[in-house]
Amino acid sequence: MNRKISEKLIEMLLFASAATAIIIVALILIFLVKEGLPIITKVGIIDFCLGMRWNPIAMVGDPTYGIFPMIVGSFYVAIGSLVLAVPFGIACAVFLAEIAPSWARSLLKHSIELLVGIPSVILGFVGLVLLVPFIKDHLGGWGFSILASSIILAIMALPRIISISDDAIRAVPMDYRDASLALGATHWYTIRKVILPSARSGIVAAVILAMATSIGETMAVLMVAGNVSMLPSPIYDILDPVRPMTSNIALEMSYATGDHACALFATGIVLFIVVAVLNAISHRALKSRMGVER
Amino acid sequence: MSEIEIESKDLNLWYGTAQALKEITMAVPTKKVTAIIGPSGCGKSTFIRCINRMNDLIKDCRVTGELLFEGMNIYDRDVDVVTLRKKIGMVFQKPNPFPMSIYDNVAYGPRLHGVKEREELDRIVEVSLKAAALWDEVSEIPDRSALGLSGGQQQRLCIARTLAVEPNVVLFDEPCSALDPISTAKIEDLINNLKRDYTIVIVTHNMQQAARVSDYTAFFLLGEIIEFGKTKQIFEMPDKKSTEDYITGRFG
Amino acid sequence: MSALISPVTADKAAKVVLWASAGIALLILAVILGYIVVQGVHVISLSFLLGSPRLSGAEGGILPAIVGTFWLMVVAMLSSVPIGIGAAIYLAEYAPKSAVTAVISFGVECLAGVPSIVIGLFGYAFLSIYLGFGFSVLSGGLALMFMVLPWIVRVSEESIKTVPNAFREASLALGATKWQTVRRVVIPSAIPGITTGVILGIGKAIGETAVIMFTAGSSLLMPMSLFDPVRALPYHIYILASEGISDPMAYGSSIVLLVMVLAINLAAIAIQRHYGRHYVRN
Ligand SMILES: Nc1ncnc2c1ncn2[C@@H]1O[C@H](COP(=O)(O)OP(=O)(O)OP(=O)(O)O)[C@@H](O)[C@H]1O
Ligand SMILES: [Mg+2]
Repeated sequence: MNRKISEKLIEMLLFASAATAIIIVALILIFLVKEGLPIITKVGIIDFCLGMRWNPIAMVGDPTYGIFPMIVGSFYVAIGSLVLAVPFGIACAVFLAEIAPSWARSLLKHSIELLVGIPSVILGFVGLVLLVPFIKDHLGGWGFSILASSIILAIMALPRIISISDDAIRAVPMDYRDASLALGATHWYTIRKVILPSARSGIVAAVILAMATSIGETMAVLMVAGNVSMLPSPIYDILDPVRPMTSNIALEMSYATGDHACALFATGIVLFIVVAVLNAISHRALKSRMGVER
Repeated sequence: MSEIEIESKDLNLWYGTAQALKEITMAVPTKKVTAIIGPSGCGKSTFIRCINRMNDLIKDCRVTGELLFEGMNIYDRDVDVVTLRKKIGMVFQKPNPFPMSIYDNVAYGPRLHGVKEREELDRIVEVSLKAAALWDEVSEIPDRSALGLSGGQQQRLCIARTLAVEPNVVLFDEPCSALDPISTAKIEDLINNLKRDYTIVIVTHNMQQAARVSDYTAFFLLGEIIEFGKTKQIFEMPDKKSTEDYITGRFG
Repeated sequence: MSALISPVTADKAAKVVLWASAGIALLILAVILGYIVVQGVHVISLSFLLGSPRLSGAEGGILPAIVGTFWLMVVAMLSSVPIGIGAAIYLAEYAPKSAVTAVISFGVECLAGVPSIVIGLFGYAFLSIYLGFGFSVLSGGLALMFMVLPWIVRVSEESIKTVPNAFREASLALGATKWQTVRRVVIPSAIPGITTGVILGIGKAIGETAVIMFTAGSSLLMPMSLFDPVRALPYHIYILASEGISDPMAYGSSIVLLVMVLAINLAAIAIQRHYGRHYVRN
């Protein structure tokens, strides 16, 4: 029958659309591996991931491809951003969910939406012209630094941490809150001892997700990190510059050739894996939380 | 008994492993109103949703036995569900007009089935709305949203929408349970008129309603059919004790 | 609670801190937007918006970048919207809850999590080199499609799932086929949500830089075809700022980009409001 055939055709077409996403993911993996794996096998996975020196265009001697300082750099700026954004974001979320009068709530909510919309290149640019000179003048160093990157990433992470935490806090049953308040606890005590612990798993998921996003972010850090591919020395010096993996790719891809280009794809593989693992952990955390609530 | 439109023979239905219908055998007479009564959860909806195969939408739903319509088993492999549902329309418990205009709601079915000319659509819409006793109320406002109508009007619109595809059978699943008494009375009147042209099966919780509108009544209990016969007989001298108990309100 | 301060004092102090946090969040936003606007507003003029850049963008206007951004969006949306909505329909309406669906949903989640620079790398290797599209509007637009596709699938799926089942049942009971039901009842009811999602998707894509850096090219000439390279506005901002070509021009371009993003978000809100009050016509 004509109708049955066309129905079937449409279903197949829809299925093809649905399969597109997974095909793209597969293609991404294939192309990353195809372009990046040769250099990893050539250099050796240990030397690639744990090597200290990134010197793809050697004037004398062989080029070296060690991305350890960049892996450290990626985590460094991401963790730095969380250290800033998590307490601050949770404070804003508690404010929104628990104490904000409605005008303040809607003002803050709209502002957060606005903040989400700001393209990362603009945040990076503002970091470049405002934050970097500020750090240089008042805290010392070159200005381009882990600190600057962390602050810009924190600003980017803030909206997501606030909105997920806000949801998690609002999901805490009213009874808990009322029970605590009825026992004579102050509002803050209730928030600290009852509400935040109940919302914790949701907040943790938000934090891991934010970390994945921060590690994957390019433009905002590229413009303020300084992009020196060395470990900070001493290692805790947050005023030192770093080169996260994303910046490495963005900076050199436009002129890289041969092994050098391969090494950038290989950096992409490492980046992909790190972000995928963090995303997976976060999804798991979110799912188990929903499981508990149901 | 008069001519038979639909005949159910040893019909069994399972939702997963739970059996919801057991050995249902009954006949629905042509151009009469057949009521199905019984306590909540006894399988009334399940049964009438079998008749137009709406149960196909439910995962893990399995049917055995025969349900004959026009000499074919509805559950045969080569039955075309779409054609079947065109011939066996359904009105649901909660009025469910589409979020479109009144006109578009009624024209929805005919358009599906290929009617394109405006005059023909206009005619079908008018005839259907008149048959559903809604024409007088909406003839001036066919372009308004159907969602703006009252609950009773919405339900009559749903009836008009069903009639517009010219079915042979109309299934009603508790069509009045969400309506006020006046709207209910209107729909009962309507059903009384419709049986001239349509075979009607109506599920109801309301004994008086069953007594008022139906010619035949089937009493279901725990997925089984306990008693089936002329409404007058079921209500005045039921064979089974449990039927009597239910009708007189002693349980359910 | 510390023994040194009373609970009531702690309560008051905490509330001060919470109010301050919210205030600081607002302040950050105000500083970012305020600074850009103050620094850049004097650059904005008709000749800036409609002129061509000179001296690598240190002088002149940004019209080619605006046009480039526009065409990238057109390619990205024309490719991602039909596929994304189709995928959402399949997932929400057709897919039996099976391993296949699980794999597809997983794929969507994965794609959503891929860092944009990796999509850029892939776009370069696959679109520009392997398929031979070069640095062009086509490569950049398709790379952006990879980025927004999961978003469009997700928002469309959500809106489709909110369509009441009663509509589907009513339509099927009238003898509609599955596709007729989807096309005539489900999609029209879900359209407001889908439209809002698509527009927000444009908002996300428009500010994206890393994806198009090595796919769209960086030409400052007006693109004449799908295969011409373009420099999108955000990339233009990056080059102006990081290569020290011209800060004022970067501020001006940032204002233009911000206004675009803002306008898009407002459009999404407006559409949501508009449809809230109206019903769908067949
Ligand atoms: N989709 C389903 N999946 C599993 N079990 C179901 C489903 N629908 C109904 N049932 C079960 O089948 C039995 C019959 O349900 P049905 O809806 O047919 O009852 P009913 O007589 O129409 O009741 P009511 O008067 O409340 O509408 C009930 O036990 C119900 O729990
Ligand atoms: Mg029922």
